[in-house]
Amino acid sequence: MAIVENEKNVPIIEVNHVATRFGEAVVHRDVSLTIQRGEVFAIAGGNGCGKSTLMREIVGLLEPTSGSAKLFGMDSRLLRDGHPQEIHRRFGVMFQQGGLFSSLTLAENVAVPLKEHTKLSREIVHDIVALKIASVGLPADSAAKFPNELSGGMRRRAALARAIVMDPEVLFLDEPTAGLDPIIAAGFDELVLQLKALLGLTVVMVTHDLDSLWRISDRVAVLGNGTVLGIGTMQELSRSADPMIHEYFHGPRGRAAREQAVKREAHLGG
Amino acid sequence: MSAAAQLEQAGITIGHDQIVHCVGPWTLDYLQNLERELMSLSWPRSRELVCEAGHVTAMDTGGAVLLYRTVTQLRRQGRQVSVEGLRAEFAELLRMVSANWDRIEAAPPPKSDWLEQLSRFIADRARHVVTALGFIGESTVAVWRSLKRPSLIRWQALFRSLELDGFHALPITGLLAFLIGVVISYQGAEQLRKFGTNIFVVDLVGISLLREISPLIVAILIAGRSGSAYAAEIGTMKVTEELDAVQTIGLSPMQLLVLPRVFALMIALPLLTVYADGLGVFGGMLIASNLLNVSFTEFVSRFEEAVAVRHFLIGIVKAPFFAMIIALVGCYQGFQIRGGVDDVGRHTTTSVVQSIFLVIVFDALCSILLNWWDL
Repeated sequence: MAIVENEKNVPIIEVNHVATRFGEAVVHRDVSLTIQRGEVFAIAGGNGCGKSTLMREIVGLLEPTSGSAKLFGMDSRLLRDGHPQEIHRRFGVMFQQGGLFSSLTLAENVAVPLKEHTKLSREIVHDIVALKIASVGLPADSAAKFPNELSGGMRRRAALARAIVMDPEVLFLDEPTAGLDPIIAAGFDELVLQLKALLGLTVVMVTHDLDSLWRISDRVAVLGNGTVLGIGTMQELSRSADPMIHEYFHGPRGRAAREQAVKREAHLGG
Repeated sequence: MSAAAQLEQAGITIGHDQIVHCVGPWTLDYLQNLERELMSLSWPRSRELVCEAGHVTAMDTGGAVLLYRTVTQLRRQGRQVSVEGLRAEFAELLRMVSANWDRIEAAPPPKSDWLEQLSRFIADRARHVVTALGFIGESTVAVWRSLKRPSLIRWQALFRSLELDGFHALPITGLLAFLIGVVISYQGAEQLRKFGTNIFVVDLVGISLLREISPLIVAILIAGRSGSAYAAEIGTMKVTEELDAVQTIGLSPMQLLVLPRVFALMIALPLLTVYADGLGVFGGMLIASNLLNVSFTEFVSRFEEAVAVRHFLIGIVKAPFFAMIIALVGCYQGFQIRGGVDDVGRHTTTSVVQSIFLVIVFDALCSILLNWWDL
């Protein structure tokens, strides 16, 4: 990944005073945050607080009503219809339902970005695709299957393989572990960490999976009431005085997840 | 080489010392050039090769794959190859590729061969025929049951379907039938005037419309309008698990969704055909009086003589059969939707194409049969 020198110190994502309204419904009143290169940044918050909406605004799928979202220092509003390509090939998005093309096999799905953005020989494309399919933990024989022949967890992995096939600098994950069983969800967390270590990814994920928040996130932004209620590491947030954050992290599920995380750390330390 | 120049191009060359030099960024952007360079490279004959990779400035998975692939190919030719000087993080990437290499080689080639595709296609068709027969059987049983016990019929759904698919279709079918009448009369007028047999425009318009064209036009229109809607509605219900909910609550999708639609269309289509007959003939009449000097009264009196009641009846009798084809094909395609929302579109299109096709085939068969019976 050739990182252009002068970009090294610019935050990879900047969200400035974003407000979003759909007709009468106000999703964001004033949201600002910055994401640095190399971190695993989670966007958390209750249902309907606009987590996914914010992510869609960052990648240019939605326009904020006011304010701006910048990706690689460029206003996301300018990311239209696949332009500019240089920016589009630097990030990958894994959608909640996978967003796999149903008319293509898994291997063809993963190969789409490579085929569209590069002119590599079929052999190399095949090798890279097979490697990515293997590295997300899908069996080799699933490559020839169509998305509707795959289970939900496999579709999620396939979508991840497609999102990382270009070795992007930023990987966006929309609820990566929602609806997965705890073993696969934990495996998914591990996978994200592995990929981050190996490829130097910056990961932005939308989630309300408290386990995965504790396990893999470096920093978390909690959205609520149309603004950022709090931002920081999980440790910091769990000590927050804000009543909504407190409830979010100290409800019965929040406590269990935290105890797990503490135990795991103790285990690792011992 | 300066750092800036290295950033600009990746390369692989063989020095005089028989050492393979890998330089520059080995990333997706540059792989195409690298592949070309590799093709034109003539490898030294020596059995031992050293790959000097200290000047590789960047590497991503694609670059690692290309490097590993090259090295593996050389090793298969019986050479000893060592990669030296690679930065730690790139070496890690290379290790990841080599750890997965067996699985990469085991992965099926990009395209399945034609024999597999052909057999898949045939198996698919065969499965469709079987499921279609199953559906026809199931719906016949359901029809039989509701005829025995009319209380099973969902009257509310039936009337709603009658309104949506029959009543709401009145403007468009009326307009279309009228225009078809105008067109037929127009086209006939030119020819009939040559022979001075203007009055035969009545036969032309009357028989063709009543017997063939208006039932067909109505059927095609309804196939596009309602058949597609049936497929989409039922398909969407399947995707959103509504159909499963219907079944677990203890209701029959056949009784609830299919039969009301089938019965409603079987009632609506003959009525729409009569209506289309009327407007179509009226359209022909207008043109006849304007272009051929056949007045309305002349037209009507000739109509009574020339157009036998059987033409009208044949048209009307065909309509419920058309309706059955359209409704069953639409519902069947709806139930066939498996995967996600994307499947809905495909099956909707299929339902329209298939129902129009079957309607026309059925109509052709009718023509042949009626011809045998001299009707």
